[in-house]
Amino acid sequence: MAKTMFDKIWDEHVVIDEIGKPTVLYVDLHLVHEVTSAQAFEGLRMANRKVRRPDLTVATVDHNVPTTDRTLPITDEISKKQIDTLDNNAKEFEINYFDMFSQGQGIVHVIGPEQGYTQPGKVIVCGDSHTSTHGAFGAFALGIGTSEVEHVLATQCLVQKKPKNMEVKVNGALPFGVTAKDLILAIIGQIGVGGGVGHVIEYTGEAIRSLSMAGRMTVCNMSIEAGARAGMIAPDETTFDFVKGRPQSPRDEDFDAAVEHWKSLSTDPGAHFDKVVEIDASKLSPYVSWGTNPGMVASVDGLVPDPTTLDNPDEKVAVQRALEYMDLAPNTPIKEIKLDKVFIGSCTNSRIEDLRAAAEVVKGKKVNADVNAMVVPGSFTIKLQAEQEGLDEIFREAGFEWREAGCSMCLGMNPDILMPGERSASTSNRNFEGRQGPGGRTHLVSPEMAAAAAIAGHFVDIREWK
Amino acid sequence: MEPFVKLTGVVAAMDRENVDTDQIIPAVNLKRIERTGFGQFLFSQPGWRFLPDGSPDPDFELNKPSYQGASILVAGHNFGSGSSREHAPWALLDYGFKVIIAPSFADIFYNNCFQNGMLPIVLSEANIKNLMEKAQGSYEGYEATIDLQNCTISDGQGLTIPFETDDFRRDCLLKGLDDIGLTLQNEDKISIYEKSH
Repeated sequence: MAKTMFDKIWDEHVVIDEIGKPTVLYVDLHLVHEVTSAQAFEGLRMANRKVRRPDLTVATVDHNVPTTDRTLPITDEISKKQIDTLDNNAKEFEINYFDMFSQGQGIVHVIGPEQGYTQPGKVIVCGDSHTSTHGAFGAFALGIGTSEVEHVLATQCLVQKKPKNMEVKVNGALPFGVTAKDLILAIIGQIGVGGGVGHVIEYTGEAIRSLSMAGRMTVCNMSIEAGARAGMIAPDETTFDFVKGRPQSPRDEDFDAAVEHWKSLSTDPGAHFDKVVEIDASKLSPYVSWGTNPGMVASVDGLVPDPTTLDNPDEKVAVQRALEYMDLAPNTPIKEIKLDKVFIGSCTNSRIEDLRAAAEVVKGKKVNADVNAMVVPGSFTIKLQAEQEGLDEIFREAGFEWREAGCSMCLGMNPDILMPGERSASTSNRNFEGRQGPGGRTHLVSPEMAAAAAIAGHFVDIREWK
Repeated sequence: MEPFVKLTGVVAAMDRENVDTDQIIPAVNLKRIERTGFGQFLFSQPGWRFLPDGSPDPDFELNKPSYQGASILVAGHNFGSGSSREHAPWALLDYGFKVIIAPSFADIFYNNCFQNGMLPIVLSEANIKNLMEKAQGSYEGYEATIDLQNCTISDGQGLTIPFETDDFRRDCLLKGLDDIGLTLQNEDKISIYEKSH
């Protein structure tokens, strides 16, 4: 029977499959961070259990670490305790660990691929919903809760009911100025924040094949924002070139053998998808979110919606609530929305390609006097590379802050937050109420759009940027 | 884990869709390293449960006098969307909710509930509307009984709604079984898998 890529990877990892019970699936890579792991390690300790496969477990600190000078003491006592707790757990349970001062430190979804841990065909889990990022390599990668983290630590397996298959086919080519970020915002805008619930999305089509690995990771990263269990893209030469030669990648003949296997993972012709959505890439434009979930998006040349024109009463209420929170009047042109802060970073858009694209936009220009702008590289390695390329100088000269690697203002857990009422252009993934700080207002955009907005002080159409 | 067999409690209605994990518990409150004590942070975003001075906002639905002590929450579509943070069900549980009823749930949140002895129930929109109206219309608190043995919701006033749930998850809740213990009963199969890969 013809199988999808997801079916194949699932089948290869089945340890136990009994009728009437969820499947027990083997996990090849377990990524761990400080916020969702402490209670799991404590559970192991209380039950006198060990980590079954420390060699398949990789931890780092990212959510809660300061992005300012790390040689200074952490002022927030509770943050410090959480970071110290992972330090101690990594030591006690002998797992791979990139601590706050390690050259390999960074956002967990950035360093997995960077170090070569992330590979096609793997089942990858992490106590973080944006684990879907790793699906860009043709892996089945999903976010899990802390109890499941404990389960994977103890058994190296995940108990899971098989999700359904969904295909999002993106035909045509993305026009000039339209990025992977705009594409995924457009997809979520079309299918809604619940459009992928219960499904694993495979992204296919010409526009997807043309994306770099960074772009593919951006798309898969936000699959969870459409409610999907995971997102995936079939591996190809772009994938193999990226994986080759990384510290944890297979070498020489092992690599060649691995590539042969990875090639066999692609969805068979005629395989069944439970749901199919088609998108025409050539009709897309740069997008800006105007509301309080990532499905609330508009084209940069469009307007903030008017709830009085909506027929669906639930939608009307939701839009009204969102506009009230965002302090936006109906029919405001997107380009007239003024900003207080600009954040370039997060597991969605903090890779070297993102930073290069943003630097290109700001080169020789100055950040608007009313705007506070910062760049937070996804990893220490990216930070170093950017500095070697002189990107940090471009950002600094323009008036951006240049920070240490971490999740930072994406989720507002460390001191990098919006103040109540402040408005940001952010390259991150969630514009939920208070996501970037209590009372803060978030607009999601691409790195290029964020960079241009920092200079202009309001949103601008990057297609007209000079 | 404590078994879940039958529960009678007050029903609270939250007529909102896509209630996300950042609304349920903001990131600034995720720093504890214990599973308990998160109830104080439930819906603590500005404009939700508390007024700026920290006192309960009388306009927020869960602060209604008739919802005090509620253990059953009825909500709109896609409840628990967003983050994988198990702090979301921990906060709901610590506040007192053991049953969440909605027309649909976000996948990770749904799984996380079962891991903590909580029961998420999917019902049709018509049944949700009915329950919400009864809860909203009651002055002294609308009580319902959730019977997991028979998979029914009833209110002693003639209402009985059957619900479906996964047999395996139901069995685990009824017996208070946790997944790790169950999986480790099959450790030999995990070892066989590891040797062959």
